Amino acid sequence: MFSVKNLVKKYPTGQMALKGCSVDIDKAQIVSIFGPSGAGKSTFIRCINRLVEPTSGEVYLDDVEITSLKGRELHKARRQMGMIFQEYNLIERLTVMENVLSGRLGYVSFLQAMFRRFPKESIDEAFYLLERVGLAGYHNQRADALSGGQRQRVGIIRALIQHPKILLVDEPTSGLDPKTAMIIMQLIKDLAKEKDIPAIVNIHDVALGQRYADRIIGLTEGKIVFDGPPAEVSEETLTMIYGEEDWSKTIRKVEDEEE
Amino acid sequence: MTALKTTVWKRFSKKQSLERYSIEFVIVLVFVWATKSVDIYWPFITDAPHQAADLLNRMTPPDFAFIGTIIPSLIETINIATLSTIFALILSFPIAILNARNTTPHPIFLVVARVIVVTSRSVNELVWGLIFVVFFGPGAIAGIAALTMRSLGFMSKLVSESIEEIDPGQVEAIRATGANGIKVFLYGVLPQVMPTIMGTTIFRWDINIRQSSVIGLVGAGGIGILLTSAMNMFRWRNVSMILISIFVVVLAGEYVSAAVRKKLT
Repeated sequence: MFSVKNLVKKYPTGQMALKGCSVDIDKAQIVSIFGPSGAGKSTFIRCINRLVEPTSGEVYLDDVEITSLKGRELHKARRQMGMIFQEYNLIERLTVMENVLSGRLGYVSFLQAMFRRFPKESIDEAFYLLERVGLAGYHNQRADALSGGQRQRVGIIRALIQHPKILLVDEPTSGLDPKTAMIIMQLIKDLAKEKDIPAIVNIHDVALGQRYADRIIGLTEGKIVFDGPPAEVSEETLTMIYGEEDWSKTIRKVEDEEE
Repeated sequence: MTALKTTVWKRFSKKQSLERYSIEFVIVLVFVWATKSVDIYWPFITDAPHQAADLLNRMTPPDFAFIGTIIPSLIETINIATLSTIFALILSFPIAILNARNTTPHPIFLVVARVIVVTSRSVNELVWGLIFVVFFGPGAIAGIAALTMRSLGFMSKLVSESIEEIDPGQVEAIRATGANGIKVFLYGVLPQVMPTIMGTTIFRWDINIRQSSVIGLVGAGGIGILLTSAMNMFRWRNVSMILISIFVVVLAGEYVSAAVRKKLT
């Protein structure tokens, strides 16, 4: 379904952001990537859709190898990967509806994009999704009039309306309060399950990441140091990922979950 | 703390004071030299108040009947300003894109665009007017061309600076959707610089109204032509009427420009 083979990224400054990372995702699961700031989480996710050019390695989405694609083929591959950002990255001066429909830019013609003449199916779907995330009636509001949580919902449906085969999510909750953060994570999880697609979620909040993930990957200094189910994340694992610290208060006990 | 140590504080050290005094001395020197070298004929200066009073006397009362001749000329002035602003807007758009580091297709275009911007800005509109009067003959066309050339650099520069300051996150988000270059520009870049484009355009229109009332002095159309001929024929009451009407139009332009720009923010 999706696999990354030996991905390496060396920046022109000589910094090795990724030192050969391999990940296979063969079912629709939420994969949380843990790691300290500067571990390469953002680089990893951006090398997948080539917002950052990887130095070497291969990325397969279904049977298409992405790192070798050029021009139109690359654009086609990108539209199959929905991305959700830390700073939401909405077009601030455009309306909610325009922001949602911008997720269809890979599919429409230049003139359709220019004159905002999107196909009716897309507009219907946009209204449906807005309602689904609790933003019914907001379609003509400008994005800069929304709160952080509302913006991230728009960000999520902009990614979903692409009809992606995978979601790439970069620190979706770091600008949000704890409650909103949980709502957003739940929403990403629910929608990914509904669409039956995997999601790779960079997250620095260990408890939150563990709670919503089906699988945890630990990334430290550009290397994958852990890959396993959330239940296997122990204090030793976190020490391995982040370094020495008293983790007993941070870690979520799996048995609490079941009640 | 028993013994109070007296410390001497001075704002400047000896060396700093010396530097400051020598700079001040040089400024005085330059002033004296400049006044000596421009060859001032003092009787002209002492005579000036008398001459001014005399001119004012000949200018009053303004010839209000002349307004009939002025109005068509004023309309031409405003139209020159409007048309040159629109042409400059259209032409400056691609130059601004080439001139911005983050949107230029290749660094070589940066140099090309910068040469156009500097050329446009370093030549005064009256000089552009003189050049285009040779090309097109006297009249409004030369004026429109002159002001377009002059506005081009100004608008390209301001818009390209605004393009360089956009939030790259929004561009990244649009690229991530699989949009191609031109759609990324349309959604990721253009909405962010739209307020600057509109603000700069209306501001430039305001400037162009002021300048189009002057370029007639070199024959490039507008009210300036009327002004020069009135002055050449010593019709001072007509001159004062023209000056008043220019003043009113410029004031109105400034008011409209300020009102529109206030709405944009």
